[in-house]
Amino acid sequence: MELEASQVTVRFGGIRAVEDVSLRLGRQEIIGLIGPNGAGKTTLVNALSGFQKPRSGQIRLAGDDVTGWSPDAMARHGVVRTFQAVRLFQGLTVAENVETALLSTGADRSAARAHARDILAYLHLSERADTPANGLNYGDERRVGIARALAMEPKFLLLDEPAAGLNIGEAQELGQTIARIPNDFGCGILVIEHNMALVRDLCERLHVLATGMTLVEGTPAEVMAEPAFINAYLGAEA
Amino acid sequence: MSSSVIAVLIDAFSVGGLYALTALGIGLIFSVMRLANFAHAEFVTMPAYALFVLSGHPVIMAIAFSVLVAVVLALMTERVAFRPLRGIDPATMLIASFAVSMFLQRLLVFAFDSRIKPVDPLAFLDGSLTLLGADLNLLKLATVMTCLVLLVALTVFLKFTRFGLEMRAAAEDFTMSRLLGVRANRVIAMAFVLSALLAAVVALLFSAQTGFVHPRFGLQIVIIAFVATVIGGLGNLVGAAVGGFLVGVVSTLLQTFLPPDLRPFREAFVFFIVILVLLFRPQGLFPARGLKERI
Repeated sequence: MELEASQVTVRFGGIRAVEDVSLRLGRQEIIGLIGPNGAGKTTLVNALSGFQKPRSGQIRLAGDDVTGWSPDAMARHGVVRTFQAVRLFQGLTVAENVETALLSTGADRSAARAHARDILAYLHLSERADTPANGLNYGDERRVGIARALAMEPKFLLLDEPAAGLNIGEAQELGQTIARIPNDFGCGILVIEHNMALVRDLCERLHVLATGMTLVEGTPAEVMAEPAFINAYLGAEA
Repeated sequence: MSSSVIAVLIDAFSVGGLYALTALGIGLIFSVMRLANFAHAEFVTMPAYALFVLSGHPVIMAIAFSVLVAVVLALMTERVAFRPLRGIDPATMLIASFAVSMFLQRLLVFAFDSRIKPVDPLAFLDGSLTLLGADLNLLKLATVMTCLVLLVALTVFLKFTRFGLEMRAAAEDFTMSRLLGVRANRVIAMAFVLSALLAAVVALLFSAQTGFVHPRFGLQIVIIAFVATVIGGLGNLVGAAVGGFLVGVVSTLLQTFLPPDLRPFREAFVFFIVILVLLFRPQGLFPARGLKERI
């Protein structure tokens, strides 16, 4: 079973945000989507998760054409994403944020309550369970966002810059957690990330976008040896 | 505490409690769909007429019928008038709720004419009780108790049930809650049912206090409750309840302590205080989160 973007193009007015990009994500792998700011990474994730209807091309889930499905339909069928802004329910506790997502899987409230504790423990958030979400620091907030996404029982999890704003230690710890998810939850992960050290250790394959187009793809070693990548990506960042 | 103080407090809280329940009924719907439901007036008036229609029958039957009327009316209104407008500009929905309100009011005039009708659904609470030397009206005591019980019940519902959690999530970020699998139709229908239940209780207690119903019966209390929700902070349920109590308590205290010459102008003083509050707290006393972003 795969989540697949096939020759996807997204335009905003005259501007091409994503142009003819194809990408596959399997159930057991972690792939990295990287590229300079404005390369179209979030737009591609928006297209994959139903937030943005492509101008042309197809989104396929397990071989079925799901282009144009709504975000909540995609989420119900296992394509779950996180947001750069996280968007927790600020007035709910950390546990309640996760429980809300669990209810959609058919759990009743008491089952959801118990299961939420398990997921929070998995992400080392047990001590935060009863904290209001608006009282969290940056790193915890991002991990709660991932906990809430995992509660949706995703088949494919799209993480939009999960380590943004974390210090090196926190980012490494988060990377170790993310690395275990495909095995423990049976879901494939696509991660948008700027932290190259994290991406290199975490991802089996990398997909590099630049100005909306695929620049290069392959294993981290292959990608990083590619002159086009060194020029466009590292050159632009440095 | 002197006996008259107790009597004044019971007075104040029996008025404030009704405003609080009404404000909560408005607030529940506003929080999940940003609809300032003016037709809440008829959510109160209609069940009061139901009590009138079944007056003479056993009170439990009349109450059951009025609750049924309120719930059916609320669900029908949501389905027919508001669902097609969902996600549209709140101003449009507000105007639609005016239209629903006017339509229902005229319907009542058509069915029952516009003269006042006597009702006395809770005649058995006509007596009074002496507590710490104060003569306390049983109906007012029952009103205060009912309001407190309902506030606790609503809190428990919102905090501990599945629907309650879904409603709180939807109230804060409707789009995100839908992404997480909260069913929009179900959560909005639930808000309307709860709003109707509160309205039916207000209809019962308020009609028992005033002793009559007429087509604008609900309007008088809903206007004040709207003011209460604005003072409390639109979209915030705690704010709505507190705002309701505050307005009720302030107007009762003014009624008691204003010089007799000024009492007819009590409402002017109430609204003057409202203006003062809003000058200093334009978002209300308890501003809601996530008011800007909508469906």
